[in-house]
Amino acid sequence: MSSAAALSWFARHEIRLAWREWLAMMTGGRRNRKRAVIGLVIFALFMHLPAYAVIGRFAKLQTPVDKTSLIVMSASIFLAWALMLSQAIESTTRVFYARADLDLIMSSPASLTNVFSVRIAAIALVVTSMALVLSTPFIDVLALGGGIRWLSAYGVVIAIGMSAAAVAIALTVALFHLIGPRRTRLVAQIVAAIIGAGFVIGLQVAAILSYGTLSRFAILTSDSAAAYAPGPESIAWWPARAVLGDGQVLLTLLACSLILLGTVMTIFSDQFADTAVRVAARGARAGRSSSAAAFHTGSRQQALRWKEFLLLRRDPWLMSQTLMQLLYLAPPALMLWRSFSSSATAIVLVTPVIVMAAGQLAGGLAWLTISGEDAADLVAAAPLSSSQVIRAKIEVVLMAIGAIFAPLVLALALASPPQAAVTACGVAIAAVSATAIQLWFRVQARRSQFRRRQTASRLATFAEAFSSIGWAATAALVLTLPVAALISGLMTLGIMAATWKISPRRTSSF
Amino acid sequence: MTISDQAPALQVRGLTKHFDRPAVDALDLTVRPGEFYALLGPNGAGKTTTLRMVVGLLRPDTGSVSVLGVDALADPIAAKQIMAWVSDEPMIYDKLTPLEYLAFVAGLWGIDPAVSERSARDLLVSLGLEPHLHERCEGFSKGMRQKVALAGALVHDPRLIILDEPLTGLDALSARHVKGLLSDRVRAGCTVILTTHILEVAERMADRIGVIAAGRLVAEGTLAELREQNGHNGTSLEDVFIALVNVEAAAA
Repeated sequence: MSSAAALSWFARHEIRLAWREWLAMMTGGRRNRKRAVIGLVIFALFMHLPAYAVIGRFAKLQTPVDKTSLIVMSASIFLAWALMLSQAIESTTRVFYARADLDLIMSSPASLTNVFSVRIAAIALVVTSMALVLSTPFIDVLALGGGIRWLSAYGVVIAIGMSAAAVAIALTVALFHLIGPRRTRLVAQIVAAIIGAGFVIGLQVAAILSYGTLSRFAILTSDSAAAYAPGPESIAWWPARAVLGDGQVLLTLLACSLILLGTVMTIFSDQFADTAVRVAARGARAGRSSSAAAFHTGSRQQALRWKEFLLLRRDPWLMSQTLMQLLYLAPPALMLWRSFSSSATAIVLVTPVIVMAAGQLAGGLAWLTISGEDAADLVAAAPLSSSQVIRAKIEVVLMAIGAIFAPLVLALALASPPQAAVTACGVAIAAVSATAIQLWFRVQARRSQFRRRQTASRLATFAEAFSSIGWAATAALVLTLPVAALISGLMTLGIMAATWKISPRRTSSF
Repeated sequence: MTISDQAPALQVRGLTKHFDRPAVDALDLTVRPGEFYALLGPNGAGKTTTLRMVVGLLRPDTGSVSVLGVDALADPIAAKQIMAWVSDEPMIYDKLTPLEYLAFVAGLWGIDPAVSERSARDLLVSLGLEPHLHERCEGFSKGMRQKVALAGALVHDPRLIILDEPLTGLDALSARHVKGLLSDRVRAGCTVILTTHILEVAERMADRIGVIAAGRLVAEGTLAELREQNGHNGTSLEDVFIALVNVEAAAA
């Protein structure tokens, strides 16, 4: 087989794997994919409604647009780019550490440079495809309302997807060289989380410091932002101009992104292989731990709780999955700190943010402790009833949530004791609800499958999200409009009841 | 329900489990205390399903399971307290060290830490894992993981040890370590039930051998008794086993 033929063969192999993985993720691994695909299409069509609510009013926007609109559009595009970059960093790191087929590939006589060039392209393809899927409802709404010129936004998504993948690969490989494979996994996750959340958090922090509000648009639409922004011909507006239908700028952006990705593939393909070898070699040297306090007196449930806490603390992927949620707590914390000396009503906004974060975090932790049991047979064969095991695991989740959110609630109590009480109740209810949903939908899985927990059951994922949103809204309404809180609370309870009704409930310990 | 030293280490009566087809079919099995019992059978014969029902990982459709006089279906906690289970896939946590893993298992079985810590160290040393006591299991080979799992099964000093293919993937030295440890336990009065495809292990170590096919026990006894029952005097266990399984397959 010639080099070119081998390259195209491997590219087809990578695309097939990526497609099947994507399909499995979208269908939750179900065999009856036809129904799942129909469900997905209906869901995608349904998503056009919220897209219309968010963006529909901008469809008639015509060039030349005012500076404020350019700022908001550019900031939104940059936010999308940052999120793609975050996802691409995580994907690249996983390529190095998931050794599923690396041994096979690297022991084959294929050119590693070619193989890893294709793999880099595959990362770009996956990141861009996901962004295209997510942006489709928004672009469709704009095109339907404002004409086909908005379809150029698809090109912008492709351009920022390719550039994000290129930067992510360069950044990750550089991290491997700078700090070594042992620390890169953790640092890359932190970097990915900070990049993903940093821009929004930065805008929120600036808005809190300047206007005392959590809304990031307060800064973007302010006069000072318009005053500091560059002139209309600046390169900074190119992505926004391309979205608005400027074909020449769009082609330039696409060409630049392609050149950037090509350059990264050329420079880093060899290093990609070297890095993979270094990571593989590092696999033989496991981390060391002091076990001085491992043997201690206590009940069987205490032993279980100790194990769960230890595994949570050492979970390599937990950081990337939860750090972003925790980072989003920084702006409300800052707002709290600034509100101590004032009686700002804006502080009410802190409660739903905290409640929502607690629900989401509890869902993740509950999956890890309840479903992600690597030694399920061992625990099942131990002399404990299944209810004792489940209770110990739930206690771990609630204790972790308590430890994370107690400082925020205590700080809130100093500013507003009634609000702190409502927030504490909201955190507890949201955490218990998310844990209950994970319990009702529990599956036997390995902890390493954590990233895919949301694909195992779409229903559980949506129920968890709606429950968190519902309890967050209820907590906010208790503080502002108690009658509406009753309705919101009852609706969220209804969601929980419906979820329980259709969940595959377990009644046996076997 | 109390443990009886006079009762069989394991008594199974009419044990049945159906999946798409009968996996275990009205199985009767008795293993005496202090016995090394090897359960043999071709792939899919029902060995693992039987053992998973015995240790409480799978609920039987019908039948009874008694462990040293304790009804394992009526009082699973009491039965589990005196049993240990080692599957062919080591059940360990990548992010724990061997010593931490054993501490967790000892905690689950409610063993006094003063006893279990010493016992854990002794076990890991005897299995050749002393240099790795404080290393997380994530970088361990299959053999090392299997040894950690075995140490976990022994740390709470069970009266009945049930092992499903414990020697799969072990090198010769590791296999010798494991076999030595199991023999020591049997000499100390413990009962061991083991499934294996390595017939030489059953031939050399087992006091009695049971052959299971299509979910039923088709032959049982010492090696000499099995040879005699099947008219294969002077032949190896492999010949006897193949003859038994072929007869059963022809009958099916």
